[in-house]
Amino acid sequence: MIRIEDLNLAHGGTPVLRDINLTIDRGGIIALVGPNGAGKSSLLSLIARLRPLQTGRIFIDGLPVTTTPGRELARRMAILRQDGVFAGRLTVRELVSLGRFPHNQGRSTPQDRARVEEALVQFGVADLAERFLETLSGGQRQRALVAMTFCQGTDYLLLDEPLNNLDMFHARHLMQSLRRMADEEARTAIIVLHDINQAAAYADRIIAMRDGRIASDGTPGEVLTVDTLAAVFGYRMQVTAAAGRPLVLHHL
Amino acid sequence: MHKRRLVLLAVLAVVSVAAFLTLGLRGNLAFVLQIRAVKLLALVQVSVSVALSTVLFQTVTANRILTPSIMGLDALYLFGQALLVFLLGGLGYAAIGGGWKFAAEVLIMIVLAAVLLRPLLTARLDMSLLLLTGVTIGLLFRSLTQLLFRLLDPNAFAVVQTASFANFNALRADLTIIGSIVTFATAVVCWHHRHRLDVVALGREAALGLGIDWSRTATLLLLMVALLVAVSTALVGPVSFLGLLVAALAERVLGTSRHAVILPAAALVAIILLVGGQAIFQHLLGSAATLGVVIEFAGGIAFLLLLYLGSRT
Repeated sequence: MIRIEDLNLAHGGTPVLRDINLTIDRGGIIALVGPNGAGKSSLLSLIARLRPLQTGRIFIDGLPVTTTPGRELARRMAILRQDGVFAGRLTVRELVSLGRFPHNQGRSTPQDRARVEEALVQFGVADLAERFLETLSGGQRQRALVAMTFCQGTDYLLLDEPLNNLDMFHARHLMQSLRRMADEEARTAIIVLHDINQAAAYADRIIAMRDGRIASDGTPGEVLTVDTLAAVFGYRMQVTAAAGRPLVLHHL
Repeated sequence: MHKRRLVLLAVLAVVSVAAFLTLGLRGNLAFVLQIRAVKLLALVQVSVSVALSTVLFQTVTANRILTPSIMGLDALYLFGQALLVFLLGGLGYAAIGGGWKFAAEVLIMIVLAAVLLRPLLTARLDMSLLLLTGVTIGLLFRSLTQLLFRLLDPNAFAVVQTASFANFNALRADLTIIGSIVTFATAVVCWHHRHRLDVVALGREAALGLGIDWSRTATLLLLMVALLVAVSTALVGPVSFLGLLVAALAERVLGTSRHAVILPAAALVAIILLVGGQAIFQHLLGSAATLGVVIEFAGGIAFLLLLYLGSRT
């Protein structure tokens, strides 16, 4: 369980997050949606302890993120950020293997190697395994990064716009992998999404943010209504249904 | 593949060492060999220190084109030499005891690095701020050195000029041994952390996500870089020219950035260039040029060749 209490964050005097209180239970896909600058990524980086807390507290399975050793947290929570820049020459396999670092401190066991191979296959980068990252396209690199994050094998995955650069096939595939992980292994994915229909189709819970506050929080059916969407995104859009899930015609 | 190439580099390094020790050997063997051994130790010490400090610095800054000289340490060293000559005169400078000078130089350079590191220790690490500070401090010391150059008389100026280039001909055995112990101890620590370094190279956020205590690790690494640079600069003078070349060559030859491979590879390439270069320089060129020039010339050509060959495959 992730517990967030009275979280506030200001950046150079401008409030970015205001009075966030959240409890996220284990198991399931939680989508963070909202317009640019709503504070979604900031919230994610605070949970992942990439930024120091200003006020408020965050607990991962009861462990405070500020004082728990990094290695302990890295076994429970993995983060994928939007912009991974790497200096140097690493192959895809070497990158994905680094996902096992919190467990093996760099000395990989046969089990670690098996998990790496599994992740390589699962995200369709097995045939790119010996390629250097710098030679890959944006989407291929993104898949390698996702494979590394999965490989970390944590209960919680924090993904900041993981569908960036992915084509339809791989975007759908990633969302289905997350779904399977949540259903079969009761793992938790907290994921910042811009495509609201991906959230509608795959998330168990949608948290809509605006101006650093939580504007709406509930199941896709509860959040994706014409009025709520208008309050969050600032314009009215049609909402229909398809395959038993809400479908937002946000582009019309 | 990596293992074979590492072995090849090791063989080349041993050949360089053997050539350095045995080429043109004559006269009292024990005496000549003793002098050469001290010089060899200094060359190897400097090679390892330059290679490791550059690789570590590039890892912690996640930037492949930086060298530790950007922190302004060798600029400070040169300024110190110019100031000493200015205050004591050429003769006075030559008369200072080597041991105290060595200790003071190492200490001052590490203190400067620690001062540079303070923003990093107190606040969240901001690498660009740190680098900017380093560049500014380097510029300050370089300008001050230029000012002193203008005030010096020509004889004293010549003394400073000699101190501005790496010099392997006036080494003290005891200082060489102390410097080597420090360098090789640091090398052992690096090797111990080689897997952690792979993660650090991914950058601050990815490293944090994988459980690295970033500010502690980054501070430790930068202090190690400062120690390596300080010791080898105080021992033989500025040698930063070599670092970039060595790190890039090692990465080209081995085709990986994994530290378990790149740390020994960079050190071996540095030994080949520096010890091999010195052997060629002494015996084939008859000490007719500066070693730095020879290495930059030969190493530069090798690097361009590798780039050319690499782009064709």
